[in-house]
Amino acid sequence: MSGAEKIAVRVTEVTPLNDLVTRFRFEPVDGGLLPTFSGGAHTVVEMQDGAITRLNPYSLMSDPFDQSAYTISVRRDDEGRGGSLFMHKSVSVGDEMVISNPVNLFSLDLRAKKHLMIAGGIGITPFLAQIKQLDRAHGNWELHYACRSQALGSYVDYLTDTHPNDVNVYYDDQDQAIDLENLTDRQPLGTHIYVCGPKGMINWVRAKSTDLGWPREAIHYEEFLAPQPGKPFEVKLAVSNKVIQVGEQESLLEAIERAGVDAPYLCRGGACGMCETRVIDYTGNFIHRDHWLEDDEHASGEKIMPCVSRFEGKTLVLDR
Amino acid sequence: MTLQFNDETFRDDYSFHNSERAIKRFPFPFDKDSYMYVVNMEQHRGGPSDSIYEMRFDVDEHYVSEMRDRAMVLADDPLRCQSLPHMTLAGWDLLELIMVSKSEDYPDLFQLHRDGDKWHWINKPLGIDDHFTFMDETTLPYGPMEYITRQTQGDFCVLDQRDDNLWMDAGTITTQADWSLDFDIGMNFFEWHAPVPLAHEKGIFVRALKFLLNIQQGAPARRLNWTMTVNPLLDTSPENYHKWGIQKTSLTPENIGAKQHLRVELQTFFRLPRSNALVFPIRCYLCAFQDIVSVPKWGRRLHRVIRDLPEELATYKGFIDNRPMMLDYLSKFDDGQDTSNGIWPELDSEPPLKT
Repeated sequence: MSGAEKIAVRVTEVTPLNDLVTRFRFEPVDGGLLPTFSGGAHTVVEMQDGAITRLNPYSLMSDPFDQSAYTISVRRDDEGRGGSLFMHKSVSVGDEMVISNPVNLFSLDLRAKKHLMIAGGIGITPFLAQIKQLDRAHGNWELHYACRSQALGSYVDYLTDTHPNDVNVYYDDQDQAIDLENLTDRQPLGTHIYVCGPKGMINWVRAKSTDLGWPREAIHYEEFLAPQPGKPFEVKLAVSNKVIQVGEQESLLEAIERAGVDAPYLCRGGACGMCETRVIDYTGNFIHRDHWLEDDEHASGEKIMPCVSRFEGKTLVLDR
Repeated sequence: MTLQFNDETFRDDYSFHNSERAIKRFPFPFDKDSYMYVVNMEQHRGGPSDSIYEMRFDVDEHYVSEMRDRAMVLADDPLRCQSLPHMTLAGWDLLELIMVSKSEDYPDLFQLHRDGDKWHWINKPLGIDDHFTFMDETTLPYGPMEYITRQTQGDFCVLDQRDDNLWMDAGTITTQADWSLDFDIGMNFFEWHAPVPLAHEKGIFVRALKFLLNIQQGAPARRLNWTMTVNPLLDTSPENYHKWGIQKTSLTPENIGAKQHLRVELQTFFRLPRSNALVFPIRCYLCAFQDIVSVPKWGRRLHRVIRDLPEELATYKGFIDNRPMMLDYLSKFDDGQDTSNGIWPELDSEPPLKT
């Protein structure tokens, strides 16, 4: 994409944590230093999967001030389009990969008197970096972390060992649940809520805290949508004068890139707005999946987010 | 390139002057013969050799004198430099960015030695040689943002990013085109741009904000902006309007070439990594009309731009009353010949003025 240079890295550790999650450590190939970043940032990892280039965002979980290496944790998604499966099955120590500069769409509000963190499953990863950032600045935080089971509780031991008083863990299979009403009720004025996890959890925390009178600005969330497979469709790119086919297993953005057309992006997950594309003409139905456009924009048929959204119908002409 | 620093003033006797070299590298802001607001952003990744675009933070012959002027402004009015409590981390980000950039880009002028968090900073032009602990404010004579911006030309807005907006939560502002940090502190992007005419209606700010929110680490951006200043004043602040505003009435047909300056801002934008804040340096370059018209292409073009500028913009930029006198002066340097596209002087290819 247009933008910052990519970073060439070598995989120096591959550490399976449990049945679903594996951690990867990246060090710069040139032996130099990686950029620092802010807690909550992600990097986009490029995967050469045969003829297909996959670009998936993963939260950086290492210490933001540690410039020697980045670490990410990848949850295997057996139903997905294959990015996480590629990481689990095909990436090993010594491999060279290319990653993006860090981008933060889930940063801490540094005005907060206290940071109340709510994580579900693999949503724990951005908090690991934020906790390191806050600990260095003697920040006030508290984590509530829901996992399916003890066996799938990534980093539970590490967190409870290092921060026994600030970390609370809930296991679904033991019917433990976060009591959001009581939890939010006892927070000091100036607390900000951060939630990262499955869509249902994010919606629940946002709706509940809004009902309880929390200001919108004090509720922060991050959910990366993975592009979903769908029926193939054809698109005309008006500016570059190309007609492209979007395959069942690829996103519209990936198909545009495959055709050699530069489309800007940051998150590839429907959140940042960078790849917003104007629709010139269409006959058919959009399958909008992003968080970026407003409902009326979705209904207007004038815009699409090609990273996660699709189309079913006869004609689609885009301003690319 | 060895740099000779001018000993000059931006007040009282106004001994500020541009050398031949400085005139040639002046960032003339008009790429064609007319001007209207556009989102004119481009990547800030170097530029032609010895141009103001070449380095991340341009250091020129005015450096030492500009820093002396800044110190005087801050001594008179400490509120020109403010940092809200949550912006200290961004201040360290800025200090790191500038020290690393300057020591790499100008190794004969600036040196940075780092051993973990023990840092040693040498600024030869200003005679500074300091040891300090990175991220420990008690080891510096000022907060990190103030410390480094007292050593760097240009104003600095340090913008917090949250709620899909940017917030003017810290800055050092002593060379501004008539706006006040003390008034704008804590405002968001739309609030502090509220006084600008025409651009809101054209949707400029919505698009500009979207662009700025997405500026990435490692991919800084830049644009030019401009206005007019009578006398080479760096500090044209609202706080001191009673001192400089009246000087706009001192122009005469005889002195306008020397007194009237085109004021150009090189605005750059860098994502700050540790804080996710955005820094917005606004570097002011001044050039007297008589020096601008020494470049034939610029003389022709400046006349046409000023002549055709919408009245709202000439009013907002504060020179509507002096425009007729400016045009009388500039018209002598416009012989009606075509000009080439782009901002560069093209001294070798543009024809001399027909007399």
